[in-house]
Amino acid sequence: MTTTHDAKLTSRVLWVDRFLTLIRITFIVVISVGLLAFVAQQINPQNPFAQWANPDATGLTAPQFKGLLVTGLAQGAMYGLIALGYSMVYGVLGFINFAHGEVFMVGAMSGMITSNKLADAGLWEDAFLLCLLFIVVTSILLSTATAVIMERVAYRPLRGAPRLIPLITSIGVSFFLQNLSVVLLGPGAKSYPTLPSWLSQKRSLVGFQIEGTKLLVLLTAAVSMAGLWFLVERTRTGKAMRAVAEDKEIAALMGIDVNRTIVKTFAVGGAMAGVAGILWGILFRSVIHTTGFLPGIKAFSAAVVGGIGNLGGAMAGGLSLGAAEATAPLVLLEPLGVDGVSQLRDAVAFAVLIFVLLVRPSGLFGERLSEDERA
Amino acid sequence: MPLLELRGINTHYGAVHILKDVDLAIFPGELVCLLGGNASGKSTTLKTLLGMVTPTTGDVVLDGEIVTHHSTSYRVERGVTMVPENRRLFKRLSVKENLELGAYLRTDRDGIANDLERVFEMFPRVKERLNQKSGTLSGGEQQMVAVGRALMSDPRVLLMDEPSMGLAPALVQTNFELIQQIHEEGVAIFIVEQNANMALSIADRGWVLQTGKVVLDDSAEALLANPELRASYLGESGSV
Repeated sequence: MTTTHDAKLTSRVLWVDRFLTLIRITFIVVISVGLLAFVAQQINPQNPFAQWANPDATGLTAPQFKGLLVTGLAQGAMYGLIALGYSMVYGVLGFINFAHGEVFMVGAMSGMITSNKLADAGLWEDAFLLCLLFIVVTSILLSTATAVIMERVAYRPLRGAPRLIPLITSIGVSFFLQNLSVVLLGPGAKSYPTLPSWLSQKRSLVGFQIEGTKLLVLLTAAVSMAGLWFLVERTRTGKAMRAVAEDKEIAALMGIDVNRTIVKTFAVGGAMAGVAGILWGILFRSVIHTTGFLPGIKAFSAAVVGGIGNLGGAMAGGLSLGAAEATAPLVLLEPLGVDGVSQLRDAVAFAVLIFVLLVRPSGLFGERLSEDERA
Repeated sequence: MPLLELRGINTHYGAVHILKDVDLAIFPGELVCLLGGNASGKSTTLKTLLGMVTPTTGDVVLDGEIVTHHSTSYRVERGVTMVPENRRLFKRLSVKENLELGAYLRTDRDGIANDLERVFEMFPRVKERLNQKSGTLSGGEQQMVAVGRALMSDPRVLLMDEPSMGLAPALVQTNFELIQQIHEEGVAIFIVEQNANMALSIADRGWVLQTGKVVLDDSAEALLANPELRASYLGESGSV
C-alpha cells in the first residue's frame, strides 16, 4: 500500500520536472534561435538563415539599438527604485507589500499637482532645476507619509498573523489608494507641464545619443541608489535595519526599537517610490490612478529577478528587466517573424520573470534561505 | 541589595499558567544558575527578566527600580543582557557589525573601543575574523562572537541561555571556563541550563524550576548533594 503510494508520488514529481524542463528548453531555444537570427540579419538580411527565420526582417542599426537600450535602462531604473521598496519590506517583514505600486502613484500624482502649480506661477520653465528639486522633495514627503501610515494602520495590527494575511491586506490597501485618488483628483489622466526644450534635447555621451530627460532619470536613480546604499551599509540606522531583517528578537535584545526600525524601512522604501513617481512623470508626462499597477507589478518582478531582499539585486533586476523589455521584442522576436512585437513589451517582462525563476529560483543575486532562517 | 530580582512572578500565555510565584534574586558579581527540564519555564523566566514577556502579576526589579513594564532596551541600557540559546548571531552581518550591535545603545566611544579591545584579548580569533560574515564561522567561533557581543553592552549581569547547547563536548568545557573568566571580572552571571552538573560545578547558588515553580533554592554544593536532584537531573552516575 505504502509503496504504491510512494511510487505514484515520485512519478508525479517526475512529470512536473519534465514539464518544467520542457519550458526551460523552449525558453532557451527561443532565445538562442532569436539571437542567431538577429545576428544573421545583422550580417546580411539576405542570407539563408535570416531569410528562413523572417523574410521581411531588416535588422537594426546601431543607433536604433542604442536608443532602445537607453530607453529600457531609464525605465528599468524606475523599476529598480520601486523594487527597492518591495525588497526592503520583504526583508524586514517577509511579505510582499502589493500596495507599494500605489505609493509610487501617490508620488507621481503629487508631482503632477506641484509641477502644474509651479507652471501656473510661471516658474517651471525659468527655474526648472529648482522646481524639480521642490517637486521631488514634496513627492518624497507625501509618499513616505503614505507608506508610514499604511504600515501603522494596515500592517502593524497584523504583525503576528500568518504571512498571507498582510499580503491580502496589501491588495486591499492598493485598491483603497487607487479609489482615493479617483475621489480626490478625478478619474481622468492628468498631465505634467511641458518640459523646457533644453532638457528634451539629445546629447552624445560615450557614443550614445541620450535625451536629456532619460539622462536625468538615470542620474537621479543613481544618486538615490548611492544614498540608499550609504544609509543601509554605513549608518547605525542601516545596521539596525539589517539586524531587524535577520532576527527581530535578538535585534530587540541589542536595544534596537524594532517597530521604529520597521517604520523607517517603510519610509525609505516610500521615499524611493516617490522619486520614481517624479521620474515617471518627467518621462511620460501623464498619470492616472492606475499608473501604479503595471510598474508596481514589474518592479515586484524586478525585485524577484534580482533576488528578493537584496537591494543591489533589486536595482540590477530593475535595470535588466527594463533593458530586456525594451530590446528583446526587436532583438529576439522580430528576427523570428513574430507580428506586432512592440506590443509585446509586457509579455517579455513577465517572461523574463518566469525564465529567471525557472533557472535560478532564488533570483540572480539572491541567497538561498531555508524556511527556519526566513521565519 | 540584589542587582536583578523577580518578586512573586506569575506569567500566563493565554489561559496557560507558565510561571507560578517565582522569586529569585541575583546579587552583584555572583554566579548563579537556574536548572530545569524542557517546558519548565526557563525561557519564560529569561524573557521576563529581559522584558520580552510581561508577567500577569509580580515585579521585575533592576537595581532597586521596578522595571516590570519597561522595554528591553531600557533594561539593556542599565546593564542586563543575554547570550541567547544557539548563539543567534546576525549571520549575514560581519563579525565587526555583530560586535558593534552589542554596543548599539552606548554613546561613550572610548568605552566602546576599550571593550572591543577587551573582547579581542579574550578571543584573539575573533579579531582575525573581524570582516568575515559571522555565518561563515565555526560553532566555537560563533560562541565567542555571541559572548563578545553581549560583553560589548558593558553588562553588570549576563544571562546565559543554555550555553552548552549545540556545542561539542570539548567546547562545553572551554565555554564554562570562559564564563568563569568573565565572572572573575566582576560581572554577575545567571546561567540557565539543562546540563546541571556542569552548571553547578561553577555556580555559587542555584534554583531548580519544575513546571513553572521554584522547587529547590540552595547553594551549589547542597544542590549537587541533593538526592532528589541527583535522581531527576544528574542521573545515577552524576552526569547528564
